[in-house]
Amino acid sequence: MTLKRGAPTRGTPRGQPRVQHGGHRTRIDWFLAILRVTVLIVVGVGLLAFIAQEINPDNPFARWANPDATGLTAAQIRGLVVSGVAQGSMYGLIALGYSMVYGVLGFINFAHGEVFMVGAMTGMITSNKLADAGLWESNFIGSLVFIVVVSIIVSTLTAVVMERVAYRPLRGAPRLIPLITSIGVSFFLQNASVVLLGPASKSYPDVPDWVKAKHTFLQVEGGKILVVVVAAASMAALWYYVDRTKTGKAMRAVAEDAEIAALMGINVNRTIVKVFAVGGAMAGMAGILWGILFRSVIHTTGFLPGIKAFSAAVVGGIGHLGGAMAGGLSIGVAESVGPLVILEPLGVSGVSQLRDAVAFSMLIIVLLVRPAGLFGERLPGEDRA
Amino acid sequence: MSNASDAAATAAEPILETRGLSVDFGGLKALDGLDLAVYPGEIVSIIGPNGAGKTTLFNAITATAPATEGDILFEGESLIGLDPNRVTSRGIARTFQNVRLFANMTVLENVMVSQHCRTRQSVVGALLWTKAFRREEQEIRQRAEEVLSYFGNRLVGYRFDQPAFTLSYANRRRLEIARAMATQPKLILLDEPVAGMNPTESAELTGLIGRLRDEWGYAIVVIEHDMEVVREVSDRVVVLDHGTKIAEGDYADVSMDPQVIEAYLGRDATAAS
Amino acid sequence: MSAGATPAAATTSAAVGAAAPPRPVFAQDWRRIARMGAVAILAQFFISLSNMPVRLDGRTLIEGLLSLGYLSLVIVPLAMSHRVGQQVRREGVPYHAAGAHEIVGGALGGALAGGGLSLLAILLANFDLREPLVNWSPILADLLAFGRGTAFAVFIWLVIGAAVGAAAGLLRVLHPVARRVLWTMVLTVLGAALLESLVEDLAEGMGIDALTDWFYASRGGLTPIGALVGAAGVGVLAFVARGRVRKARARIDQLEGSARQRAHVMLIAGTGALLVILPMFAGKLTNELLANVGLFVLLALGLNIVVGLAGILDLGYVAFFAVGSYTAAVLTAATSPRINPELPWFVALIGVVIVTGLVGLFIGAPVIRMRGDYLAIVTLGFGEIIRLLFLSDWLSGWFGGSQGITNIPGAEIFGLAEVAGTDPRSVFYLVLAFCAIAIYVSWRLERSRIGRAWMAVREDETVAEAMGINTVNVKLLAFVVGAVLGSFSGAIFSAKVGSVFPASFLVLVSIVILVVVIFGGMGSIVGVIAGSAVLIGVLGGPKQPGLLAEFSEFKLLIYGALLVWMMLSRPEGLIPSARRTRELHQEEMAQDAWLAGQVDDDDGNTNGTGGTADRSAGASA
Repeated sequence: MTLKRGAPTRGTPRGQPRVQHGGHRTRIDWFLAILRVTVLIVVGVGLLAFIAQEINPDNPFARWANPDATGLTAAQIRGLVVSGVAQGSMYGLIALGYSMVYGVLGFINFAHGEVFMVGAMTGMITSNKLADAGLWESNFIGSLVFIVVVSIIVSTLTAVVMERVAYRPLRGAPRLIPLITSIGVSFFLQNASVVLLGPASKSYPDVPDWVKAKHTFLQVEGGKILVVVVAAASMAALWYYVDRTKTGKAMRAVAEDAEIAALMGINVNRTIVKVFAVGGAMAGMAGILWGILFRSVIHTTGFLPGIKAFSAAVVGGIGHLGGAMAGGLSIGVAESVGPLVILEPLGVSGVSQLRDAVAFSMLIIVLLVRPAGLFGERLPGEDRA
Repeated sequence: MSNASDAAATAAEPILETRGLSVDFGGLKALDGLDLAVYPGEIVSIIGPNGAGKTTLFNAITATAPATEGDILFEGESLIGLDPNRVTSRGIARTFQNVRLFANMTVLENVMVSQHCRTRQSVVGALLWTKAFRREEQEIRQRAEEVLSYFGNRLVGYRFDQPAFTLSYANRRRLEIARAMATQPKLILLDEPVAGMNPTESAELTGLIGRLRDEWGYAIVVIEHDMEVVREVSDRVVVLDHGTKIAEGDYADVSMDPQVIEAYLGRDATAAS
Repeated sequence: MSAGATPAAATTSAAVGAAAPPRPVFAQDWRRIARMGAVAILAQFFISLSNMPVRLDGRTLIEGLLSLGYLSLVIVPLAMSHRVGQQVRREGVPYHAAGAHEIVGGALGGALAGGGLSLLAILLANFDLREPLVNWSPILADLLAFGRGTAFAVFIWLVIGAAVGAAAGLLRVLHPVARRVLWTMVLTVLGAALLESLVEDLAEGMGIDALTDWFYASRGGLTPIGALVGAAGVGVLAFVARGRVRKARARIDQLEGSARQRAHVMLIAGTGALLVILPMFAGKLTNELLANVGLFVLLALGLNIVVGLAGILDLGYVAFFAVGSYTAAVLTAATSPRINPELPWFVALIGVVIVTGLVGLFIGAPVIRMRGDYLAIVTLGFGEIIRLLFLSDWLSGWFGGSQGITNIPGAEIFGLAEVAGTDPRSVFYLVLAFCAIAIYVSWRLERSRIGRAWMAVREDETVAEAMGINTVNVKLLAFVVGAVLGSFSGAIFSAKVGSVFPASFLVLVSIVILVVVIFGGMGSIVGVIAGSAVLIGVLGGPKQPGLLAEFSEFKLLIYGALLVWMMLSRPEGLIPSARRTRELHQEEMAQDAWLAGQVDDDDGNTNGTGGTADRSAGASA
């Protein structure tokens, strides 16, 4: 019998990437394929045009793409990358919370961005009180440690209360229900901040010169170095906690299979609370870093970083801690560098307005190209398959 | 019995044929180069110990677990690369081992919705309330009632409008078969149809499987652990173990096959070394 | 519940009917009272410091007696004390009759909750926390003390709390009929007071404002006598009509076939006629309100197809509203920067449908295969991207950037009428027509082959696919149909407002529409309409003021809280669709059916029933 319809013959290697639902391409598959190729071409041409304009802005290719091409100086590029890394490491810290909760409970805690906002707000209040007392100037590092501790406590409490009040009663509900609830929690926290603290944006007290000024070392602002160092240290501490301690082992067990973990004598509820607490602490830490770096907070501060951090968690592979950090860095760098390196050389005007659009596009592209993220997903048992 | 199926084999092309079918799950070969043929109007039982790859075979045929190697031919045409819904519209329907009904839809709706791939009317028809649309709705409903009435008075009357989750376990199994029938298949794959039933019920369902073939003309592949049922219904029995076929033939032959006995009862420890 | 436990519960259920004697007065569940009291104190702090009491104090409910501000302060003690007296009804456990125990418990809980305000009054007098908490003000202290000093505030709130709490406890003691009558009275008075502007507006239009002038005080709020008379009247009515409403409804429910259909048609026709006639008597403000509600009904009906019927959580729904508005604006306005064909509105509508359909496909195609929760976030991202694109300098040559497009002409209806924002009544009629279309579309599709496929996909996508449904196409269809319905709302919006700006299309709008759909009841057309009427009509939309303009600062807060509360206590919504209720309460309903003997056990299979209900519930979760 002959094989029809161009089906692969017996033994043909079929290892090449398959379309999600088999090799038979539907119209949607074609559309997606075209979309992917278009995105690749845009990114590729943009990069080439950027390289061309870096070599010489008068180069015909660069002129063709963007008649007003000026090119960036090395210092500008370095500046962009460094801001991207600094911001990205904050995204990474927030992403840890998303990633851990998703890994254990299998739902997106939409309100996690608001925990970050609560951390930043707490830092703002505490630091301003310290500044009023004169301690902020006289002992900056000590004050910093103090506001970090306070803000971590408050944001941890926020996360834990949130879990207790809004999510625990919904354990086992259809999976979109807790997601919708978390949207409500997020909305509530944002607007609670408006009614309690007022709708205006509020600022942190002035920081010492060494935080603001560019350092001789690498020509980078001290604040950004501080952010990266603190983020790395928190990440290391978290890794130790999850990978080496008994509690961490319990968390991983619950993430693997909550029911079996319970049978093995692990207190699942307590473990889940700890997951929220740890995620909240990381978000609180990120909130302080945000405040130090940008010095201004408002009730919507948590929204965009929250979404981007979630994107970071997905990009890195949800449920994967190292992946969250890597995803955060890539989102941070992409949104900081992407507009100027890919869109500007293509003649798009006002690219800085499209920062957020770039970050969202990156999420969409990653989900289209590699839905499991860079490092692969780790999901609760029932969500696999 | 064996003669009959031999005759069928020579008379007709197989309706379903797998050639060297393999399915990998990350290095674990759930199916390993399986060759299998099912002929029109035949009832084939697939038996084998747990983890032998029986359900994987069903999943591969219905494209829920894509084949990694080999080919699946249905009426001479390959199914490789089709989406599950395309496989169903070609004429293969299945039931699930752990009954998966649309629990909140009514009994009637469950059977109506599975005629989706046999019906055409779209948004425009529904909105304009066209004659063609009304006729089709009528037909869908009639066919649903017809299929349901096949199970005696169990799924008819007031049961039409009851949500599926209120059904008893045996009735859920029946409804699942009805749902499969409503897709107007040529081949039905039944995954452990009598699992969890008491002896009376399973005897009844066994008769029903035979009637399905006789009255509706389906070819049927059954995965079953209950040997009583297997003996009753099968024209042919295929034994799987570790993803390969270790025996094939009528019930009597297969049940005497030393390899089969070994697969079920385990190898003698001394013989193993 | 395990299979073994169910029959045991069934046998003891006979004992439930008889109530045990009331509990002794001081056998209170002290821990419960303390815990709930603590929560109440926190809630009181939050409400007070959110400025709600001060801001809402301007709204008088009953002249000289009660303002909305003070109501916001007694609502917590009331609710908490009522809950303190709640008993969990368990099968086989005796249920205590309510008595003095409940009243005392309620009073204690209420006193704790009121004590929160006493504590706050003390704190306000002694500390200055105005720095972070913007509403930490003498005005609040004054309000709490009724203008008489801290000591009075401390005393009076303990008393008020205890009184309100005792009243809440008393509610449990009352006979059910009395309770219902009382509730009806309270709700009517509150409703009449809250809907004052609406009622007065309509009364004026109908020329019966002499009557309302008697009920309502000149400076707002009901007159005490008006409230009393109204309450008494309604109370008598409720007492006389007790049980009859329910009986009538039961009778309609029992109607079969054509009689039932006739009843429904009459109901729909009546509502439709009312909606056509009502605006004729209403003033500009009421019509404006109705038009806003209608726009959101239209949006919510569109989202309902996506979320309620097909089960796709689309958080970027505002994108289609935006695309509809902008397309209509570009096609009709002479001021549109790049393309300005200045088409008549109805012709432009065709363009709107085509463009939104394409955008729906473009957004839908990549996301439709994603897992439900990823899809939610990605659609949210798309919504933002679309807004950012409209806002960007890059495309400002087409869409005007942050300046938007202004001077959009109104919609001309075949030369008959010109619908523009200056005439809210005509806008409302236009919206009403499109709502009718949307209702028809939802209703027809739900009862068609497509609608059944959506249900199946929502229930179990894998099985739906295995039963021959092309899940991708079916879901994409829902997405696009929803998009097109949303774009109608956008097109009307641009004609109504006369200008479009990116700032009108924040994520916020998507969330508000989602709250409306969920509050009303996912998948339920009536529910979604009621949801919009209550939320958008009373509280207001993201930018549109509602009936209670004083709430504008708090409405988003309330939306958030409402969403959480609905999900926790009534996920099927205000007026649920039968199917959603089944989905969310499958296990309980299966057990109830078991107890009532409705589950068929003609197969001699009774033992398995409880177990399989669990199993299928687990599989669908």
